[in-house]
Amino acid sequence: MKKETYSIHSINKLSADIIDMWVKADDIAKNAVPGQFVSIYCDDKSTLLPRPISICDTDSENGLLRLVFRIAGKGTKEFSEKKAGDTLDIIGPLGNGYTASFESIKAMDNPSVTVMGGGIGIPPMLKTAKALNSAGINVNIVLGYRDFLFLNDEFSKYGNVYLSTEDGSFGTKGNVIDCIRENNIKSDAILACGPLPMLRGIKSYAADNNIKTWISLEEKMACGIGACLACVCKSTDIDSHSMVKNKRICKDGPVFDAMEVDFS
Amino acid sequence: MKTSVTMCGIEFKNPVTTASGTFGSGMEYSDFVDLSKLGAVTTKGVANIPWPGNPTPRIAETYGGMINAIGLQNPGIDTFLKRDVPYLREHDAKIIVNVCGKSTEDYVETVERLSDADVDMLEINISCPNVKEGGIAFGQDPKAVESITNEVKKHSKKPIIMKLSPNVTDITVMAKAAECGGADALSLINTITGMKIDINRRTFAVANKTGGLSGPAIHPVAVRMVYQAANAVNLPIIGMGGIATYEDALEFIMAGATMVAVGTANFNNPAVTTDIIAGIEAYMKKYGIEDINELIGCVK
Repeated sequence: MKKETYSIHSINKLSADIIDMWVKADDIAKNAVPGQFVSIYCDDKSTLLPRPISICDTDSENGLLRLVFRIAGKGTKEFSEKKAGDTLDIIGPLGNGYTASFESIKAMDNPSVTVMGGGIGIPPMLKTAKALNSAGINVNIVLGYRDFLFLNDEFSKYGNVYLSTEDGSFGTKGNVIDCIRENNIKSDAILACGPLPMLRGIKSYAADNNIKTWISLEEKMACGIGACLACVCKSTDIDSHSMVKNKRICKDGPVFDAMEVDFS
Repeated sequence: MKTSVTMCGIEFKNPVTTASGTFGSGMEYSDFVDLSKLGAVTTKGVANIPWPGNPTPRIAETYGGMINAIGLQNPGIDTFLKRDVPYLREHDAKIIVNVCGKSTEDYVETVERLSDADVDMLEINISCPNVKEGGIAFGQDPKAVESITNEVKKHSKKPIIMKLSPNVTDITVMAKAAECGGADALSLINTITGMKIDINRRTFAVANKTGGLSGPAIHPVAVRMVYQAANAVNLPIIGMGGIATYEDALEFIMAGATMVAVGTANFNNPAVTTDIIAGIEAYMKKYGIEDINELIGCVK
């Protein structure tokens, strides 16, 4: 594995601060599994840490990788200002993705799976919903937004889409859990990515209702490959690699069984 | 063309190692770097028992660098000896083990456990700014530096490198104290204590409030301190602090370092260490340098 230079196939804005980019990256498009991420490196050498960006989708036939991200700081701003044909330095795919959860789900008897995304945690759930759908699994999709919607139309190809917005402008007024309750959505398994308060809420909802749940976490990262121990989360049990109650989000995650993660 | 250097009777195939904490125990980087090509791998600090480290966020990016307060999370010496040492040897790497502790007894226990292990040198971390006890508490007082060096030396069968903190008034005082204590070599610099405030959240960017500044931003400070230490003591030095290119590495060597350690730059490019080795070789070829030892301390 190494840092490779790839060229941008297309770049568009989904809103004032959300970028939708397709990158020509045959190997990543071929190898990535849902829930993985890539590290993108800045041209400006005053910003030396890679930016972890979730993989939204891949088109392995055409060797394309789709990244949908929010402009959150200097690095993502630099990426957002690039044009089609410009290059990006990337390492990936990184992290574990939802592979383990897919194995568990496939072992269930005709399961109902709820895919949940909140805010900028929505993009990685697109490839996740797509993969579940193509495996013939019944998928409900719950997307939580502050106000402005993005990607929701594309999700409808892979399952029933339910929306929630904080201001009630679309779908349920409130959060993704309010949306699940309002629409009486039953789940045998939940796969989720979103901000920490949402994931906390989902973990407690899943525990109350005995639903097998996997969540994707984020944290400030430095190496992105499991060496520096910057991006750890607390775990309920002693981890076999760290030998303490800590797991590496970049390497052991970003996807964890919700019951392994200690949010206290 | 000779790129190998010798420290404490041990030959390293080139002068480039890794800075402790940025490279784990090499395992994660072996997807990117042939570990046998490095002069040595310096491992992340290991203590007598597992340490959980600090709360997150543990890092923040700064202009030309970063602040970290990992808090020396490590799996403890048992796991390290069972898992990491054999892994590095299988990959034909020279091993410098960084040792951390909260008390003299902690350091001594770990050093004793490593004495009969298949490793090459021990680097004693008395300069971590991110742990309350131990660490830097030993590294800012010359009497403490001398006495911890002395204790560790008494219990070690391996050559001892003392890793010094830049967070002192006069680095030469600390270098001399380590020399008086019997150190075989010195490593410098550890990170410079810094702080970053997140103006949007109106709080500290790292949970520990302060952290260690590293990266290209600190390189000139580190070169100056290596030069001062090299001229104050008669010990080989591993120079480090903000090396991102072969030019940065050569500055340390010319200032008096026998070896150099690459740290934060690994985060920008996991293969940077081998790029730096290739750059040093190209420089030697360009200027007709037969032996890298000609360059060590060549700037007086």
